[in-house]
Amino acid sequence: MVGRRTGRKPHDAEDGGIARRTARDLGFIGARAVTRSLSRRQAVFGGLCLCCLPSLGRAAAEAFEMREVGPGVFVRCGLHEEATAENADAIANIGFIVGRDGVLVTETGGSLADGQWLRAEIRKRTDKLIRHVVLTHVHPDHCFGAAAFAEDKPIIIGHPALRGALEARGAYYRQRLAEILGADRTGSVVYPTQAVTDGAEIDLGDRTLRLTAHGTAHTNCDLSMLDTGSGLLFPADLLFVNRIPSLDGSLVGWLKEAERLKGMGAARAVPGHGPASVELAPALADLTRYLGTLRDETRRAIASDVPIEKAVQSVAQSERDHWLLFDSYNGRNVTQAYKELEWE
Amino acid sequence: MKTRHPLALGLALSTALAAALAPVPGLAAGASDSDTERQARWTEIATSIFGDRKIEPTDTLIKVDAPARAMDAALVPITLTMPEKDKIKGVHFIIDDNPSPYAAHFTFGPAADPGELKLRVRINNYTNVHAVAETTEGKLFEAQKFVKASGGCSAPMGMSDEEAMRGMGDMKMKFSGDAQSGKPVEATLMIRHPNFSGMQMNQVTRDYTPARYINKVTVSYGDANVFTMDGDISISSNPVINFAFVPKGNGPIKVAATDNQGGQWQHSFTAPSPSN
Repeated sequence: MVGRRTGRKPHDAEDGGIARRTARDLGFIGARAVTRSLSRRQAVFGGLCLCCLPSLGRAAAEAFEMREVGPGVFVRCGLHEEATAENADAIANIGFIVGRDGVLVTETGGSLADGQWLRAEIRKRTDKLIRHVVLTHVHPDHCFGAAAFAEDKPIIIGHPALRGALEARGAYYRQRLAEILGADRTGSVVYPTQAVTDGAEIDLGDRTLRLTAHGTAHTNCDLSMLDTGSGLLFPADLLFVNRIPSLDGSLVGWLKEAERLKGMGAARAVPGHGPASVELAPALADLTRYLGTLRDETRRAIASDVPIEKAVQSVAQSERDHWLLFDSYNGRNVTQAYKELEWE
Repeated sequence: MKTRHPLALGLALSTALAAALAPVPGLAAGASDSDTERQARWTEIATSIFGDRKIEPTDTLIKVDAPARAMDAALVPITLTMPEKDKIKGVHFIIDDNPSPYAAHFTFGPAADPGELKLRVRINNYTNVHAVAETTEGKLFEAQKFVKASGGCSAPMGMSDEEAMRGMGDMKMKFSGDAQSGKPVEATLMIRHPNFSGMQMNQVTRDYTPARYINKVTVSYGDANVFTMDGDISISSNPVINFAFVPKGNGPIKVAATDNQGGQWQHSFTAPSPSN
């Protein structure tokens, strides 16, 4: 169903487990979707997607699965929801890579609670030292799990602009998250201890991670990684799948960096939101179709004097059926796009 | 239950004090206030701005349009419509539950067409917004709207302060429609300026970026004033104001802007001049 709408399979091979979900699970999703006043379209979409399984509290979050999407590469899908007390902000795809010499955390999670869950999952699988923790960008659903790894004293890796972004926003994010989760489950702001520039590499002994610090795109501090061990690309939130992309950097810049991702030689990627892993080319095509539509229609609105309050209702509406949470984010994306492009 | 201090009413804001005393913005603080509490708050604000002058409700003299729920609390588009425009001398815009509620005051000059004004504001809370029109007879009329938004004043910008200040004072003006003598021309004024609210915190310095905001904008056409705006921290960064003017004679259209830290900028634009 999703596939017909979007012109691609709902998920790739790793998500075959969906078919084995019990009817009870799917019924539960449906009921929850109704109570959250989601449309039927979204409810059905959600029902088909393991990555959309809601959870009630951390106990239910145990139902989250860490899946091995490549040799030694483990990923947990985030929920396609906003942060709530129930989901502990576990809304991003997070995971880790086990190398010969240690563990690298690819994304930390959306809260201290989410990070603690991830750390426990790591410890179920390996006793190796957690040597590296990557903060892919400033957003709280990717950063606030980092505090859970304090005792491991890892090298915390981030984009050169991440520290400044965390300085500007970290306290604000923490406060807002604490209002939802409570301070004790939120955690503290963790700063990168090592800023990486283009071409930096992390050697885990039997595999190398090649890092790229991107120009302003999704945010002003996006970091991507290519794992030589699995061939997987980790574009973080430069790649959204199924969940509508959220723009917080530069629309023109994001389209540029998306082109760059295409040239990185990876066939598959672990998106920041969406399935645990996807074929890169079609996923990027969907992303750039949305961003391109957003850019072109916003430019047209500006050129023909359509004011911002009208543009938020009209721009990119053709994309509505292709993305979860469209109504929650598209208007905001148009606002961001409008204020960027009106100065061109 | 709500602590406010009179100094933070706006348009004359003591920045450090406002930052120090600003209430911590809550996710939905103010969301649960009763209508009575909201009305009491408005009465208090109105008294401090207008003294004991009477403000009558109106359905015809001024209308305020705003999204019921803001998509971006730091950029909420507001449209003020004044259908009986010949009667309008000025407009006040107030965001009741903002830390500095008095967002803007426009006074119109002889070259204005005060039928419609648009601006973009920050909204920090679930709040009533009020537009008060002042007629040429000196009477006050109010319209209000409830807006759900949260964190617009304290939300960090997506960039460093240095970046946000780049090009400060640059301006653009767009015109739509052909100019005909005596017929109004719509214009959009854009000003590059961070309009720091004083509530955006820098965690390293444990300090707030000091408020730096456009406090006055004067637009004129030829020798005639179009409007003067007194502004405050509730105006969004990179302020954009839509207005209309009536071209009589030749332009240019001139804009003079100042901010509260002594910044001064002037730009001149070639306005469409009447073709006949």
